[in-house]
Amino acid sequence: MKFIMIESILLFIIACLTAPFFSGIILKVKAFFGGKKGPPLLIQYYTLIKLMKKGSVYSQSTTLMFKLGPMISLCSTLTVLLFLPIAGHAPVCSFHGDVICVLYLLGLGRFFTIAAAMDTASPFEGMGAAREAYFPIICEAAFFMILILFYRLTGELSLSAYFSGQHTLELWRLAGPPLLFVVFSLFVILLTENSRVPVDDPATHLELTMIHEVMVLDHSGPDFGLIELGAFCKLFFYSTLISRLILPFDLNAPLIFVFYFTGLAIVSVAVGVIESVMARFRMDKVPQFVLTSFALAFFATIITLEFI
Amino acid sequence: MMNAFLNISNGEAIDRRKIPHLPFADFRENALEIVREGGKIVQFFGYQDGAAMKFMTVLRTDKLMAAGCDAPEIYPSLTRVLEPFHMFEREIAEQFGIQPVGHPWLKMVRYHPNYRKVKDVFGNHYKEDIPGNYDYYQVEGNEIHEVAVGPVHAGVIEPGHFRFNCIGEKVLHLEIQLGYQHRGVETLFSGVNAKRLPILAENIAGDTTIGHSLCMAEAVEALTRVRPDKGAKIIRTIALELERLANHIGDLGALSGDVAFLPPANYFGRMRGDFLNLSLLICGNRFGKGLVRPGGVRFTLSDDVRKTLNERLKELKPQVIHVLELLFLASTVRDRFEGCGCVSTIDADHLGLVGPAGRASGLPYDVRRCFPTEYYDEVGISENKKTTGDVYARAKVRYDEVLQSIAVIHSLIQNPVETKTVTVSNFNLSPSTFVVTLNEGWRGEVSHLMLTDKDGKILRYKVKDPSFHNWNGLAMALRNTGISDFPLNNKSFNLSYCGFDL
Repeated sequence: MKFIMIESILLFIIACLTAPFFSGIILKVKAFFGGKKGPPLLIQYYTLIKLMKKGSVYSQSTTLMFKLGPMISLCSTLTVLLFLPIAGHAPVCSFHGDVICVLYLLGLGRFFTIAAAMDTASPFEGMGAAREAYFPIICEAAFFMILILFYRLTGELSLSAYFSGQHTLELWRLAGPPLLFVVFSLFVILLTENSRVPVDDPATHLELTMIHEVMVLDHSGPDFGLIELGAFCKLFFYSTLISRLILPFDLNAPLIFVFYFTGLAIVSVAVGVIESVMARFRMDKVPQFVLTSFALAFFATIITLEFI
Repeated sequence: MMNAFLNISNGEAIDRRKIPHLPFADFRENALEIVREGGKIVQFFGYQDGAAMKFMTVLRTDKLMAAGCDAPEIYPSLTRVLEPFHMFEREIAEQFGIQPVGHPWLKMVRYHPNYRKVKDVFGNHYKEDIPGNYDYYQVEGNEIHEVAVGPVHAGVIEPGHFRFNCIGEKVLHLEIQLGYQHRGVETLFSGVNAKRLPILAENIAGDTTIGHSLCMAEAVEALTRVRPDKGAKIIRTIALELERLANHIGDLGALSGDVAFLPPANYFGRMRGDFLNLSLLICGNRFGKGLVRPGGVRFTLSDDVRKTLNERLKELKPQVIHVLELLFLASTVRDRFEGCGCVSTIDADHLGLVGPAGRASGLPYDVRRCFPTEYYDEVGISENKKTTGDVYARAKVRYDEVLQSIAVIHSLIQNPVETKTVTVSNFNLSPSTFVVTLNEGWRGEVSHLMLTDKDGKILRYKVKDPSFHNWNGLAMALRNTGISDFPLNNKSFNLSYCGFDL
């Protein structure tokens, strides 16, 4: 028991350390499609180190809220990772209903990011905050739909009951075709939550079109580093869910790690490919796109009603 | 009604005494009449002739016509009757402190004290920063919010202030305030001797170097009766088309980047460089600086250069077509471009849009076709207009013009080009003469107008960049458009800040 705990903690640390790497993969894929060499794969580590060495600049009109934003959003994301079964191993913490806790931990992080953005009183940031508050609501609905499905299938309400050990394979056995929908649905959620194309454009310098980036424009140095790290961890969280779903095999170490990280790499490459082959949607079409994830999850649940 | 205006042609030197000098009332009536019948304003400006203050205007229908009058200190605004005079009247009010009574939106243009040092029409003392004594247009309401962007922007671009009045994500009104780069170009021009004119003209707007240089060179040529030979005309035509190519391709790449469709953005970014390098090949400068001089060009087009040009063009053309297709066939891109930022033909007509922005809104005007200069008579430019007036139309106009320009250059470099380089750089301008020149720069109609006094000195040098017409088109395009589509619309116009600010 104790050994498993240590293993889980080690995996948690590995997760935090490897999270920035996958963002590097996305950049590399995009560069490839653009006919460029692209930045080194470890670019995000260099960025983080660079940011941590810098000083922070604070506007005189901001309050404590502005400084709290980055810390709380990173902490909440890290706490979420504690509940995440990494490579099918038991997570550090787990309890019945932890999925709901996880969702609202993410919501808490978002709330403080939004609050920090509003604190600057910049019209850009307010605009970004409005968008950031709107789109994830739909994601949340979709996520709950997926939870309802999983709950129906397993009767459990914890991430470890879905994504660790044999459980994922069991899900496929119970409801394979609907689970395909879930994979797509989760992928749309991943794109939205992590402000990727076609919902948001992480590469743009145009404040008026941004969603997430615009909210963190005023953060600098280590504060911005914390936000970036939080974003990488969030991407890691969603990628892990999908990685486990597409490669659900329960194998012994080290093979399981090979499969797991391959899964993560596949997700990152897929994100990179999508960013390269399509333009982002017009802002008013984004909700329709995000609603697709809800619709897919909804249909997946409907279909299973017959099976059970 | 027979109008009292004199018909003139592009780049023709005319004795100033032959330009009809009308009483103001007649001038006003005639000008309104012509514009009401579909005429457009090429130039409308004030100038000081000795102690007298005068107006002069050049209008275009299917021909060019000019007339002048004595300027009253206060006059009934022409804009009140017909919108196309809007910017011109504001400019005159700013430059000379002459008040157009009843002007619907009398606001400063570039924010500088008037040349005559008379009472300021706008009540500014110019000790404060822009906008001084001016309250931006405001929309009121509970859910209205205002977003101010610039003058310092997130990209490496020129300064300009944009103020959006929005309801939610929708823009109700956009107000654009420029003038941050006002350098006093027009006054600079009238102060220097003819030798320095080319250097000044090249630096009015860096991306329209050839366009402005050509206007200046043709004007000086008209006033000195020096004529460029055929070879020089061909080289200048090639240079103007290369400028168009580089900028249009750069714009298409940027449009692609603004909708986060990265591959064409990257490819076009590289190709823009390739086309700039063709200008480099001809004259040693990527923007064509130092190429055009009154009387001809400073660099010949040797057979070696012609061959290299031909080879590179042959290599680039399929690449350009390939990426154009990649961009225009992507459904997600079409979805962003189509129906975004529409300017109707009627609005475009009222605003007097020119160039690709005008052609995208159904106004076919193209100086190369309507008032050809240089070698365009022989080239034959086809009409290229779209009707939808959205971002897609503005992109598609560029698409067509890119292919057209490549074809034009290709045909011009097939035969040997012979010319003598220009060495003389000091000219005596003929006295008391008027000349107006127009060229189709890549943004549209560039026009210079020169008046000389009885000693052959420059009395008034008037510069008009197409951006002077088109900035209001951008403001119009943004009405009822999502604020997040502003960068896309802005790029689809891609107007010049320094060309406007002068």
